[in-house]
Amino acid sequence: MTSDGGSLSLDDIRRGVECLLFVSPTPLTAREMALALEVDEALVERAARELVSRDPSQSGLMVREVAGGFQMATRPDYAVAVARFVGKRAQKLSRAALECLAIIAYNQPCTLPEVDAIRGVDSSGVAKSLLDKGLIRELGRKDAPGRPVLYGTTEEFLVYFGLKSLDDLPDQAVLEQMVSERAQAVLEETEDASVEDARRMVEQVFPPDEQDPEDGAQADAGEPLQSL
Amino acid sequence: MAIDLRQESSTGFQVRLQQFEGPLDLLLHLIREQELDIYDIPIAQVTDQYLLYLQRMEELDLDIAGEFLVMAATLIELKSRMLLPRPPSPPEEEGPDPRAELVERLLEYEKYREVAALLRDQEETCRLLYSRTVEVDPEELPPVPSGTVTTADLLAALKRVLERAEVEKEPAAVIPRRRITLRLKMGEILRRLKESGGRLSFHDLFSSERTRTEVVVAFLALLELLRQRKVDAQQERCLGEIIIFEPAGETVTLEAVSP
Repeated sequence: MTSDGGSLSLDDIRRGVECLLFVSPTPLTAREMALALEVDEALVERAARELVSRDPSQSGLMVREVAGGFQMATRPDYAVAVARFVGKRAQKLSRAALECLAIIAYNQPCTLPEVDAIRGVDSSGVAKSLLDKGLIRELGRKDAPGRPVLYGTTEEFLVYFGLKSLDDLPDQAVLEQMVSERAQAVLEETEDASVEDARRMVEQVFPPDEQDPEDGAQADAGEPLQSL
Repeated sequence: MAIDLRQESSTGFQVRLQQFEGPLDLLLHLIREQELDIYDIPIAQVTDQYLLYLQRMEELDLDIAGEFLVMAATLIELKSRMLLPRPPSPPEEEGPDPRAELVERLLEYEKYREVAALLRDQEETCRLLYSRTVEVDPEELPPVPSGTVTTADLLAALKRVLERAEVEKEPAAVIPRRRITLRLKMGEILRRLKESGGRLSFHDLFSSERTRTEVVVAFLALLELLRQRKVDAQQERCLGEIIIFEPAGETVTLEAVSP
């Protein structure tokens, strides 16, 4: 155990944490801040958490927990004004890039041929741009024919997507459930749709009373009643 | 169908084709759109639609990536296997469904497609938050130590020159075309360097180049001079002006310039 901060109260520490987060361009861990403030890491952690859950009306800034540390950011409510001031942000990632990242995140360290096999298309171009953006990095080479490069996600990946750690992503079992539920939902929708079709047919034959006679004539001409 | 034809005012037809990330993406789309059971895919129906889609792409003169064709072949093979009568076998010992592998691939891919959608949501949320960035005022950047100008820096600088200098378009007809050779340009750079006291900024170096060709030849000449170590390049700070100068002593400041 290091010193408990001597005379520094938790309020003092919280203000100190705020200062460090204000000047830092990257997320800071409680440990890093504890070193600068010369107080116990657990206290820093507590103070930082207080800042995270601070009443939104207190400040236009917020502290978020990301990539294993804490980072200060502007509140989303002021995004429009801030954007007007600082200008355009970088383009959003393409769907191909997101898919590639998703596969690497779950299978790292993994090679591009492994990514390609899952996506069913070549991912080398996408991977290059992800490397340039610092969202993935090389982790070495696989001991396999051709010694392909192994890739993994970076801390910047966590920051970019606002994740505390990779554990924030749903685990494989949850994913499998999501997918099978979707398949199920599609089937149920199909049943709903057939009920819907039946209802339409009935209404075509017996137009509801409030129906305008002209619309009714159209419906007789074979048009589904879109107003319903 | 995922094809949407719409007329554009002056450019004639503009064709929008839903963008698919690959054959699996297209297949999943077809299955979802037709509300089919992924665990019991009607292969014949899906194959026809898949081929129809490829046909549309062909009609629109789009290049069909090889992966799409491989999947088409796989589907046709599956379809024929489903049609062929199976050898009579005891009912309790039925072989594996030929579609099983494809279904597995589709489900595996869909899992990551879900994650990608999740990441997209996170991205949307995080784009509303602004944090301090690492970019700072170039004036405050620390000086770059000698020897760190890379080919990439030079290329970036060239791009700026090409953009900034509003290089004149080459005239439609030139009577006696001035021949610009690398050798001539190299000599010219060395001469100009001498005239300006052994130092010249990258920007000034290109100030007299009038056409795109001239700029490019001058740039190649500069690279060649650097390679032969007849000149050196130095950059005072990040994004700052690159200075070309005569090498003093044996200082080697540029990474080997690959041809």
